Amino acid sequence: MQLYRSHVLVCGGTGCHSSGSDDVIRVFNEELEKHNLQDEVKVVRTGCFGLCEVGPIVIVYPEGAFYSRIKAEDVPEIVSEHLLKGRIVKRLLYHDAVHEDETAKSLDEMEFYKKQRRIALRHCGVIDPENIDEYIAFEGYKALGKVLTEMKPEEVIDTIKASGLRGRGGAGFPTGLKWEFTAKAEGDKKYVCCNADEGDPGAFMDRSILEGDPHSVLEAMTIAGYAVGADQGYIYVRAEYPIAVRRLSIAIEQAKEYGLLGENIFGTDFSFDIGIRLGAGAFVCGEETALMASIEGHRGEPRPRPPFPAQKGVFGKPTLLNNVETYANITKIILDGPEKFREIGTEKSKGTKVFALGGNINNTGLVEIPMGTTLREIVYEIGGGIPGGKKFKAAQTGGPSGGCIPAEHLDTPIDYDSLIEIGSMMGSGGLIVMDEDNCMVDIARFFLEFTVEESCGKCSPCRIGTKRMLEILNKITSGKGEEGDIEKLETLAKTISSSALCGLGQTAPNPVLSTLRYFRDEYEAHIRDKKCPAGVCQALLKYVIVEEKCKGCGLCAKSCPVNAISGERKSPFKIDEEVCIKCGACMSKCPFRAIEKK
Amino acid sequence: MSVSFIEKNKEKFEALKKVIDEKKSDKGPLMPILQQAQEIFGYLPIEVQNFIAEELDIPITDVYGVATFYSQFSLKPKGKYRIGVCLGTACYVKGAQQVLDELSKVLDIDVGSTTEDGTFTLEATRCLGACGLAPVIMINDDVYGRLEPDDIPEIIAKYK
Ligand SMILES: Cc1cc2nc3c(=O)[nH]c(=O)nc-3n(C[C@H](O)[C@H](O)[C@H](O)COP(=O)(O)O)c2cc1C
Ligand code: SF4
Ligand code: SF4
Ligand code: FES
Ligand code: FES
Repeated sequence: MQLYRSHVLVCGGTGCHSSGSDDVIRVFNEELEKHNLQDEVKVVRTGCFGLCEVGPIVIVYPEGAFYSRIKAEDVPEIVSEHLLKGRIVKRLLYHDAVHEDETAKSLDEMEFYKKQRRIALRHCGVIDPENIDEYIAFEGYKALGKVLTEMKPEEVIDTIKASGLRGRGGAGFPTGLKWEFTAKAEGDKKYVCCNADEGDPGAFMDRSILEGDPHSVLEAMTIAGYAVGADQGYIYVRAEYPIAVRRLSIAIEQAKEYGLLGENIFGTDFSFDIGIRLGAGAFVCGEETALMASIEGHRGEPRPRPPFPAQKGVFGKPTLLNNVETYANITKIILDGPEKFREIGTEKSKGTKVFALGGNINNTGLVEIPMGTTLREIVYEIGGGIPGGKKFKAAQTGGPSGGCIPAEHLDTPIDYDSLIEIGSMMGSGGLIVMDEDNCMVDIARFFLEFTVEESCGKCSPCRIGTKRMLEILNKITSGKGEEGDIEKLETLAKTISSSALCGLGQTAPNPVLSTLRYFRDEYEAHIRDKKCPAGVCQALLKYVIVEEKCKGCGLCAKSCPVNAISGERKSPFKIDEEVCIKCGACMSKCPFRAIEKK
Repeated sequence: MSVSFIEKNKEKFEALKKVIDEKKSDKGPLMPILQQAQEIFGYLPIEVQNFIAEELDIPITDVYGVATFYSQFSLKPKGKYRIGVCLGTACYVKGAQQVLDELSKVLDIDVGSTTEDGTFTLEATRCLGACGLAPVIMINDDVYGRLEPDDIPEIIAKYK
C-alpha cells in the first residue's frame, strides 16, 4: 500500500451525505490536485462518526483535527492552510475539539466520545467501507480465518455463549443459545439471515453499521454459517437505505474476489454465499416470521410460533436470524475472547449498545455506550443536554413497542432488564429526548398512529383494537375527551397485549401504558380541563395577546388569514376566539412576542 | 388486458421480460421482480402485474396481494417530484407534522396523493437517517433539513 503523510477522513454517512459531504470530498480532491498533493494526502470517505448534528465532519490525521459543519467553500482553506502549511484552521474546528493550549483533542477526550465505548461501531468513521483492504488492515477476516482453521463449530458456539451477548434487535435473546438451537436442528439445508429492516421510525443504528462497516456483518454471518451448518445467507435490508445496499453489494463482490465468501473459503471445504433481499416498506417485516415470508416472496404476515425459525424458517428450513448490530459484535468476541467482552456491561447485559440519539438534545447522533450507563450520562454528558436550557421531560426508547422514561429514572443504569422494569424496553436503539414542549398524550398518539398504519391486519385484536385506541387518543387530543376514556384505554391495552398474534400487536399499547403510568396528569388535563399543558395539541390551544406586552403595532392583524385580530394602533390588539383558526401565523410575526398560546 | 398499454410500452415490457427470465429460477423471485418492474415503469399498473403472473405462472391474486401489501409498491403513477416528509420520531418531536401540514396546504393535496398536473407527490416517510437535521424532507434525492413551515413555499417554488 502507498504511504501518505496525511489522511483526510470525510464522513459519508447518511446524515453528513444529506448535508453535503459529497461536495466536500469532490472539492478536497480538486484542491489537492491543484496543489499537487494527491500523492501525499489521501481522502477517505468513511461511515458515520456519530456526531451527525455538526456534520459534515472532516477529521485530518495525523493531527486528529476535528472539523465540523464543513461546507465545500471551506475546503480550499483547509487544504492551503492545514495540509500545505501545517496550520490547523481553528475557525472550523468543532468547539469541543481543542485543548486550552490550542492543541487538538483526541476523540477520547471529547465530551461526546469520552463515555462511549465503540465495539459495534469500531470501524465506523475509521475505514473506507468500500475498500476491503482497509477492513483487512484493521484485523478484518482474521476472526473468520481463525474460526475456519482452528475452531470446531461447537467451540464457536461456546465462545458466543460464554460472551453473554444478547440480541440487539429488541428482545435480547441470548445469541449463543440461538446459534446452538439452529446448529442442533435437523435439516438438509440451513440458512443464516440478517435482520436489517430497522423498523423503529426514529432510528438508524443498523443503517450506519451497514454503511460504515459492511464487511464486519458479512464476516460474522459467514462465521455463523460455519457454526450452525448453513451455506446460504440472506440480508434483508430496507429499500429506503440505498447507500447501505450499495455498500453491501460492493462488499459482497470484494469478499468473493478475495475468496473470503463463496466456494471453499480460506481454502477449506466450507462454502458460504450471501444474497441481499430488499424490503418494501412494511414495519411488520422486522418480525422474524414475517421477514422470512417476505424473503420467500409472500406478503409479510407473521405466523404463530412455534415452530421457531431455528426449526422451520426460510423455505421451511432451519434458519438463524440475528440483527445487524448483534453480528457487528461477533468478530470482536472471537478475536479478543469472550472474557474481555464480559468485562463490559451489567450482570445480565454484557457489552455495549448503540443508540440513535435524537429529538430535543444538543448532540443528535449515534452513540455506543457500555450497558449500565445511566440515562443522565447519555443526555447530559454525551448528548450535551437540552437546547435552550429547557427541562428534560422524558426519553423514549424501544420505538412503537417501547415507552417513555421520566426524569425520576434518569439515574437508572440502562440494560435490558432495568428498562423493562421501568415500563419501557431496550428496543433496537432509538432514544428520543423530549422536553417540556412535548406533549406526552400526543406522543402516545403518534406511536399508535404508526401501529395502526403498520398493522398487517391478520389478527383482529391488533387490527381493530389499536384502531379503537387511536380513536380515543384522537378524541382526547382534539378536546373531546370524556371521563372513562383512560379506563377504556387501559382495558383495550390489556386485551390487545394478551391476544395479538405477533410482537407488533402485543407491544403496541406500551407507549400508551407508559405515558399513563408517568404522565397521567397530562391525560387528565386534556380530558377534564381541555388543556394541553405542553401547548402542542392545536385544538386545545388558545392564542391570546398579552396586553402588557402588546405595543399596538398591528403586524399580527395583517398576518391573520381570517381577520380574527382587531384593535386600534398604539393600544393593545385582541384576538376573537370564535373566528381564530389557530394557524399560529400571528405569533411569529409579533416583534414583541406578545402573543402566547395557552 | 389493455392492448394499447402494452404496445405503447413495448420496450419496457421487453426489459421486464429480461429481468423475469434472469430471476425466474431464483428462490422467492416475486419481490425482486416487482421491485425491478417498479423501477422500469415507475409504478405497477395491473397490466404489469398480469404480465408477471403469466410469466411466473402464478395466480394474479398472489401478485396483487404482494403488490398491495408493501407500501413501497405503488399502483398509481407518481409525480415528477416525490416529496417525502420524515415523520420519524426524532423529526416528529421537532415539528415535522407542522411542516407536512404546510406542504399539504401549499400544494393543496393530501398526504399520499399527487398534484393534478403530475408534478408533486406528497408522502410521509420514516427516519431518513438524518435526524441531526430534523425535521427533514426529501424531494427526489435532495435533502432539506432544520425546516420551519415558513421555509416551505420557497423550497416548492424552486421546482415549479
Ligand atoms: C413488529 C416487530 C418489528 C421488529 N423489527 C425489528 C427490526 O427492525 N430489526 C431487528 O433486528 N429486529 C426486529 N424485530 C425483532 C425480530 O423479530 C428478531 O427478534 C430479531 O431480529 C432477532 O435478532 P437478535 O436476536 O439478534 O436481536 C422486530 C420484532 C417485531 C415483533
Ligand atoms: S399482531 Fe398485528 S401485525 Fe401482528 S399478526 Fe396480528 S394484525 Fe398482524
Ligand atoms: S392564530 Fe392564526 S387565525 Fe388565530 S389570530 Fe393568529 S393569525 Fe389569526
Ligand atoms: S452521518 Fe456523519 S457523523 Fe453521522
Ligand atoms: S427521524 Fe427524521 S431523519 Fe430520523
